[in-house]
Amino acid sequence: MEINRFNTHIIPIRFDYHAPKSLEEAVRLLGEYGEEAQILAGGTDLIPKIKQRILEPKHVINLKAIPELACIKETSEGVKIGALTKLRTVELSTLINEKLPVLGEAARAIGSVQVRNRGTIGGNLCNASPCADTATALMVLDAVARIDGAEGSREVPIGEFFDGRGQTIVAPNEMLHELTVPNLPEGTGSAFVKVGWTTFDIATVNVAVALRLDDGKVVDCRIALGACSPAPFRVRRAEEALKGKELTDESVKEAAKIVSEHIEPRERWRRAPPEYRRKTSKALALEALTRAAEEARRLAK
Amino acid sequence: MNMEVTVNGQRKRFDIEPNTLLLNLLRDGLYLKGAKYGCGIGECGACTVHLDGEAVLSCMILAVEVDGRRVDTIEGLADGDELDPVQKAFIEEGAIQCGFCTPGFIMAAKALLNENPDPSEGEIREYLKGNMCRCTGYVNIVKAVQSASQKLRGG
Repeated sequence: MEINRFNTHIIPIRFDYHAPKSLEEAVRLLGEYGEEAQILAGGTDLIPKIKQRILEPKHVINLKAIPELACIKETSEGVKIGALTKLRTVELSTLINEKLPVLGEAARAIGSVQVRNRGTIGGNLCNASPCADTATALMVLDAVARIDGAEGSREVPIGEFFDGRGQTIVAPNEMLHELTVPNLPEGTGSAFVKVGWTTFDIATVNVAVALRLDDGKVVDCRIALGACSPAPFRVRRAEEALKGKELTDESVKEAAKIVSEHIEPRERWRRAPPEYRRKTSKALALEALTRAAEEARRLAK
Repeated sequence: MNMEVTVNGQRKRFDIEPNTLLLNLLRDGLYLKGAKYGCGIGECGACTVHLDGEAVLSCMILAVEVDGRRVDTIEGLADGDELDPVQKAFIEEGAIQCGFCTPGFIMAAKALLNENPDPSEGEIREYLKGNMCRCTGYVNIVKAVQSASQKLRGG
């Protein structure tokens, strides 16, 4: 991004503002204005995009007045997180830190406190950036997105949420309602690792891992990578390579190597050449696997 | 659009366009020039104010969104001529040079000390990482927050 190529002091376009108080009203507004509307969640991505005229909506629909969209609750299906839940709330939630520490870590890795006090988990996903930190974590957690629209609700696994062309599968007349994160089997170790230009920058590479051991052997392993391909993705080949094996220096290194071979970085994306991402993805996968394994071993005791 | 907001304890009414930014409402509508326009895209922290007690970036918030809520700016910290302990500490520790980043830093530091009265150096640096100082005064800024924390705890 070229800073201040545009006047970011003001919003250079006019739009109508809507603040629906219920889900029904929000869905109705989206049905009416869908193509010409943008949903306003935290605004930390949307407002800069409008300032730079990357987006020029005629209608802005603020979802913050709908209370049920901003809550975290424990259910029999797992943890449900409303799309409008602030990243800061996710990061500080006792429930998340106990049950889904990898998601807490990912939320904490985003921007600054000021950004996380506004930015939401749904916005992080719907902005459709391949660098979205919570997306990588949610992929190893096998989260399911509930999307609401005029024709009703549908559920989409997080792995199918991004279309790989810088967009999500949420249609213009739909909205992300909540995420369901199934409970992790007991003994699962997890880790999230990220690098960017600075510690509060957007990720140049991020990796999330969740794995479980039985008698020292890997029974379940999930590895997800962000910022290295058109969309965050699970590296199934590396996961398969570890299954049934003991976690030794050798097997972990081999898995990290497979990770680095499966990325598809664009040339000079965020000014990091593909070679940088290849090396870094390997190093971060190694670190994330090692940390997750340590935790899994600790939990097994 | 009509809206009402409590700024530094005073209720204010406005009739504004939906595309008005909170920062511009504060600076141009209320002549509160403390919060600064720095980068405009959430990278510098110079426009930090408190919204219902939380540190936020006023250059990325629509003014209509704060209807019915409470906004506090650097101008509201002092009690008459008596500066807030955080403001005093910034002066005493030489944590101010040009002053452009200072209101943002002080509002972020206030939010930190409200949440965590006794932060470690690491916690201070982590919390303030969204604020930039181009006079490279970070060492003194951290010292100022530590000293304010001590004073506020009665030390």
